[in-house]
Amino acid sequence: MEIPRHWRLKKQRYALVGEVCPHCEAKIFPPRDVCPHCSGEAKTPYQFSGQGEVYSYTVMNDAPAGFEENTPYTVAVVKLAEGPMVTAQLTDLGAEPVKIGMPVEMVTRRIRSDGNDRGMIVYGYKFRPVMQ
Amino acid sequence: MDAAGTEKPSLLLKTLKPIGIIGYGAYVPRYRIPAAEIARIWKGAEGSLPVKEKAVPGLDEDVITMSVEAARNALARAGIDPQELRAVWVGSESHPYAVKPSGTVVAEAIGASTNIQSGDWEFACKAGSEALVAAMGLVGSGMGRYALAIGMDTAQGKPGDALEFTAAAGGAAFIVGPAEEALAVIEGSYSFVTDTPDFWRREGKKYPEHSQRFTGEPAYFHHITSAAQTYLEDSGTKPEDYTFAVFHQPNAKFPQRVAGMLGFKPEQIKTGLLVPEIGNTYAGSSLIGLSNVLDVAKPGDRILTVSYGSGSGSDAFGLLVTGAITERQGKALKTRDYIARRTEIDYAQYVRLRRKITME
Ligand SMILES: [Zn+2]
Repeated sequence: MEIPRHWRLKKQRYALVGEVCPHCEAKIFPPRDVCPHCSGEAKTPYQFSGQGEVYSYTVMNDAPAGFEENTPYTVAVVKLAEGPMVTAQLTDLGAEPVKIGMPVEMVTRRIRSDGNDRGMIVYGYKFRPVMQ
Repeated sequence: MDAAGTEKPSLLLKTLKPIGIIGYGAYVPRYRIPAAEIARIWKGAEGSLPVKEKAVPGLDEDVITMSVEAARNALARAGIDPQELRAVWVGSESHPYAVKPSGTVVAEAIGASTNIQSGDWEFACKAGSEALVAAMGLVGSGMGRYALAIGMDTAQGKPGDALEFTAAAGGAAFIVGPAEEALAVIEGSYSFVTDTPDFWRREGKKYPEHSQRFTGEPAYFHHITSAAQTYLEDSGTKPEDYTFAVFHQPNAKFPQRVAGMLGFKPEQIKTGLLVPEIGNTYAGSSLIGLSNVLDVAKPGDRILTVSYGSGSGSDAFGLLVTGAITERQGKALKTRDYIARRTEIDYAQYVRLRRKITME
């Protein structure tokens, strides 16, 4: 994977940094500089709380290249507390069954490692069951 | 005063400006392998096991991801803007990259500014406390208002080696700032260092080597007692002045024995002694013990912490807990919350999580 692309995306990917619309207050993720609700310009960075709930999920038994090491793993669409939907891996599930509506929270984890143990390690957000 | 009647200069590291810990946070991954399960596979562990179980990281965890979470907990307690940090320092002996700092990734993930120091620290199990002493210097000299120091490890032992029972994952993060904002004022520190070949890992090797002859008396006990005794003498304090004491914990026995040698009672070290439940978290070991103590400490408590890193050295530092502790303890997950989150694994799962099978 191209290193420059990761470098540009790392703020949103490491820490769920999106945007807030100065016109209608909508929280936007991923950042796109234009508000999907009012179409106004929206470039103000916004740090999402990381809280959300599982909207839907699927278990991946066959993984795309670079992700094989973690199979089987669960990918979910998470509805963030601030509104937007985001697709991400679930992690630290232990023995807990995944359920629709399950409260989850963002953590920063290794997403993949390029070129086995020689390439760059890519970090990014995943979600785990809320602790406490 | 010595015998000749001259004043002995103090060896304490004291800062120009009063400083303290303004935020702290721990991290322990969720998987545990019991020592009895390791003993089932590898014979030769006759008699008592050094710990009950140890913490094992998930496949998507490493020193960087674990440091990010501990640092976020520390920031939540400190209540400061991460942009105000002037250093993001990670001490570890398991940095994910041989060349490329862990600190730069952590800094980016927690929202620190670009105006920072971010070199990695290495000194076996005292890499984290060494970073903390550097943070004291940076803040105490007035070079910066806040500095973040982390001790974190995902330690590995060679399969079948004695260290495999204890080499564990976890650690803690501390934000140093002005004393007037502190939840615990740092009263001073002292470090004692010698060239002692007790434990090492050569460049490019996956597992460390150790010399049985050097691990106990000349290494662990000599350095911890030297650092602690000089700190106590030069700060004019005695063991009974401390509510809590935390010593580096490579196993359950060593810290209990060194506490006794120094005149500390079992009640003083109980809270900070986490090794039976999570194993030896190396650069995180004494620091996560301290984070568990801070989780329950009360205003006015004094805490002595002494690390030990092979090679060898010890950092001793004293804290005086302030009234600010009470409302900050509950602002992030506590050390015990992570210890209570526990999924037991067997040796086969452990081998997969720790990448001990070579796939090519
Ligand atoms: Zn809008």
